[in-house]
Amino acid sequence: MRSAKASIITFITWVIAVTYFFPVLWMFINAFKTENDAASLTPKFIFTPSFEGFQRLMDRGMASYLTNSILASVTSTVLVLLLSVPAAYALSIRPIVKVQDVLFFFISTRFMPAAASILPMFMIFKTLNVLDNVFALSLVYAAMNLPIAIWMMRSFLSEVPMEIIEAARIDGANFRTEVTKVVLPIVLPGIAAVALICFIFSWNEYFFSVLLTSANAKTTPPFLASFVDGRGQFLAVLSAASTVAALPVIIAGWLAQKQLVRGLAMGAVK
Amino acid sequence: MTTATPTMTKAASGLRNIALSRALVAPALIFSIALTQIPFLVTIYFSLMRWNLLQPKERGFAGFENYIYVFKTGDLFPAIKATVGLTAISVVTSLLVGLLFAILLDRTFRGQSIARTLIITPFLIMPAASALIWKFSMFDTNIGVINYIVQKLGFSAIGWSTEYPYISVIILLTWQYAPFMMLILLSGLQSQSREVLEAAAVDRAGAWRTFLLITLPHLRQYIEISILLGTIMLLQAFDPVAIMTKGTGGTKTLAYLLYERAFVGMNVGQAAAYGVVTVVLTIIVATIALRTLFKVFMTGVNK
Repeated sequence: MRSAKASIITFITWVIAVTYFFPVLWMFINAFKTENDAASLTPKFIFTPSFEGFQRLMDRGMASYLTNSILASVTSTVLVLLLSVPAAYALSIRPIVKVQDVLFFFISTRFMPAAASILPMFMIFKTLNVLDNVFALSLVYAAMNLPIAIWMMRSFLSEVPMEIIEAARIDGANFRTEVTKVVLPIVLPGIAAVALICFIFSWNEYFFSVLLTSANAKTTPPFLASFVDGRGQFLAVLSAASTVAALPVIIAGWLAQKQLVRGLAMGAVK
Repeated sequence: MTTATPTMTKAASGLRNIALSRALVAPALIFSIALTQIPFLVTIYFSLMRWNLLQPKERGFAGFENYIYVFKTGDLFPAIKATVGLTAISVVTSLLVGLLFAILLDRTFRGQSIARTLIITPFLIMPAASALIWKFSMFDTNIGVINYIVQKLGFSAIGWSTEYPYISVIILLTWQYAPFMMLILLSGLQSQSREVLEAAAVDRAGAWRTFLLITLPHLRQYIEISILLGTIMLLQAFDPVAIMTKGTGGTKTLAYLLYERAFVGMNVGQAAAYGVVTVVLTIIVATIALRTLFKVFMTGVNK
């Protein structure tokens, strides 16, 4: 009786999980169809696989948009790590006055709607002649991710046992040894989680990329939207492009689920 | 004399520590101020200017003209309503769906981790891709899968993103963010003490009572975190509106309105005034949210 109930719940769970995943599965399936098959009024599950969609997105130069996405995401992630690790270190291990105020400031910048600063950003970029520049875009992404990164890093760092650090200090370790030999090895998984999340947010970002870039520096998300303007059928090529664009993050997320949770909850959840 | 020396070195090293800490925080602080606060000051300045990119000659000081325009035009209130409504409803629906998933996945069964992986995927998909895929392969009147099912059930096709844009955006946002809520709530469920649950089972407390009296109070801080983070992310959601509805049918949020004013209307002064008003409103909401929920974050800061 009990096990029958359990199997029913398990069955329901599976039905829900598969249904929930279906739009993603459908995107994968449509990516390998011809436009005619994808536009079929009756959803087609059996069809001759075609790489037409992938061929067409290569023809439309998706490679250069992907390159821009990689450049913007990697550059901003590195920048965020360089800024957030020392700051979080000061905010957790080395006590500083007004920790609360500083943390509050950082988190409050995340609440600020991106739309509120986009206009001057656009004007300043235009004046400095860095509109449509992928590195200027990464600066914006770094500013966008910095508060989250500091929060996350602080929670990872505050888990380092103070005794270990004090023991190292008593042994005469200077600041550099304390950081490189004692603290960093312990928080390395945390740094990886922060890097992953910053990368994901930058990779997926749409708003700034639409407004601050055009032909040279445009990243993948606006490129996806550009398929819709085309006449005629586009679902297969759109699905192929979306699959290529989403796959790196999906795989990274699947592999690093645990770190993702810890990171996204910003340490508030242990 | 012997006691004075250690105190002095301690004080001296304390001073060095403070200087060092400041040096470590400074770059992040300066960077953040330069890229978020200074542009906002510039926005305030722009908002006091008469400045339309289509009429460059008429540029000049406008006083509060733009603000009067913002409040008089009458699209501000609908935008506030859209933003608050879409955010609040989506946060609640994501939370409820996420809670259901978390409860279902907090059991041991074969392939549990695969089921969890399937469910978290929508959160990982690029939001622009999600919006496009839903609009054209799920919601579409002709080839959308949902309409295929609706028609099979004997109803006529529904023009989701055109006739019911508001609901469509909520469905999309819930689909995207429920997995995120699930991840946080699941880690909450898994951190419950097994002994307490077993004790409840011994006492024949019943599943529903156990959930209500033990699990839910335990989950409280996880729910608070989910709401706070969900609100931060959903307040900024621009992609679904820009891609799926273009602000039609009550989905013109503040972010989209601002975008429309600035980059379609080309009126810098007016757009800036909308920006300032948006920020002020956000600060009010954020202060309330942080006042009530921030203490969750602050635990452990002052140790």
